Amino acid sequence: MTVRTVLQPADITRALTRISHEILESQRGFSGHGSLGHGGAGLVLLGIPTRGVVLAQRIGAILESIEPGSGVTGSLDVTMYRDDLAGQPTRAPSPTQIPAGGIDGKTVVLVDDVLYSGRTIRAALDALADHGRPRAVRLAVLVDRGHRELPIRADFVGKNLPTSADEKFRVRLDEVDGFEGVEIE
Amino acid sequence: MRHLLSTKDLDLSTAVGILDVAEDMADVATREVKKLPTLRGKTVINLFFEDSTRTRTSFEVAAKRLSADLINFSAKGSSVSKGESLKDTAQTLAAMGADAVVIRHSASGAAQVLATSDWIDASILNAGDGTHEHPTQALLDAYTMRKRLHGAASRGKDLDGLSVTIVGDILHSRVARSNVWLLQTLGAHVTVVAPATLLPSGIETWPVAVGYDLDEAVDANPDVVMMLRIQAERMNAAFFPNTREYAREWGLDDERLARLRPDTMVMHPGPMVRGLEISASAADSSRSTVLAQVANGVSIRMAVLYLLLASEGGQL
Repeated sequence: MTVRTVLQPADITRALTRISHEILESQRGFSGHGSLGHGGAGLVLLGIPTRGVVLAQRIGAILESIEPGSGVTGSLDVTMYRDDLAGQPTRAPSPTQIPAGGIDGKTVVLVDDVLYSGRTIRAALDALADHGRPRAVRLAVLVDRGHRELPIRADFVGKNLPTSADEKFRVRLDEVDGFEGVEIE
Repeated sequence: MRHLLSTKDLDLSTAVGILDVAEDMADVATREVKKLPTLRGKTVINLFFEDSTRTRTSFEVAAKRLSADLINFSAKGSSVSKGESLKDTAQTLAAMGADAVVIRHSASGAAQVLATSDWIDASILNAGDGTHEHPTQALLDAYTMRKRLHGAASRGKDLDGLSVTIVGDILHSRVARSNVWLLQTLGAHVTVVAPATLLPSGIETWPVAVGYDLDEAVDANPDVVMMLRIQAERMNAAFFPNTREYAREWGLDDERLARLRPDTMVMHPGPMVRGLEISASAADSSRSTVLAQVANGVSIRMAVLYLLLASEGGQL
């Protein structure tokens, strides 16, 4: 099997910066404030473990540098809401951390590394409903590789990478893996 | 492992893994919706041949928080009182499609019998069998100790170097046995203290230090003191002269409590007999973890049910 690197570290950083700007942009339009500086109010970024949490923190840091106060981040574990628990070895859940302000009335941006079948996001939407009632839920992913099995799409995509279903797809991030890059095998 | 019968079966990584999953389960209790959909459609049967408040309710809350259907079955008011055997009861429950059976029985080994027989193809969780084992109690005790020691940073940690003194009716206590095996696996040092009549024969083969004097044990400055109830219902002989003497010699009274370090944990699996093995002020002091143990019991049982039932042919 050959391994192709499709995103370099610099590509990842660039993609996250663009996503951050797009999040603020859409939030401005959505919250009805035309003026600059109000886009980030009421935003909560929730990363889906493991790598989504790291990405959420990075996007949060970028948002914070553009507009202080807009980078509220947390994590949302979806293990207990998955529809494929029965067919796999038991998964150990990860911590869920909802920021102190809660999610009621906020715009929640779910952050994950790869969007594939859409089932993880389905589980995340169910999990979210048990934590409160956000004003809106958006989805940001580093890579969209296609092959959706549910009517789910991402609002913010770092890169669209149409792949074949039998290719192995790996996102590597410094904080988790010690090196960085997106690879296809 | 499809069953949870004994803490002897748990190795270090499995035990720490259960405690870690319980950390996540504990978060559910703080949420707006205290329920997870994970075990939807699974049937859990509480099969209790002995009285219980805490354990039965705790398993019930745990199963319901995971959306499993739970059926309570107690020997009183069932066909058991008409003379039905364990085998027939088990086969009846199997025919109803139970995915897990939580069993408490006065006979040591009852859970083992259910697990190894072909009467029922369900996960068996031992909730106390005679004087043998009570694994979920030991797990929740270990969880409570770890939480007090490490707080929010508990994940992944064991109990290396912790000194635990277990006091009282060791002979009849399944809680003591389960705790001794699990605490040893987790790296804690266990001392048991009891009148010689309430220590089992063969205690020298256990991985514990043995003492007969509670005052000495208190002055040895333990991190945890676990008091056990005198199990009068299992006593068929005179093991000590009378309860007043027992309370004086082996009870955790106010004076002994005062000699313990301020951060020593005082544990009790319940039900407590105040004034006998533990004084009211010891039971109600800030060092007491009795209510924390009950709360943590739900998280531990959720973790165990999740690990055994969520995936096909589940495993701990």
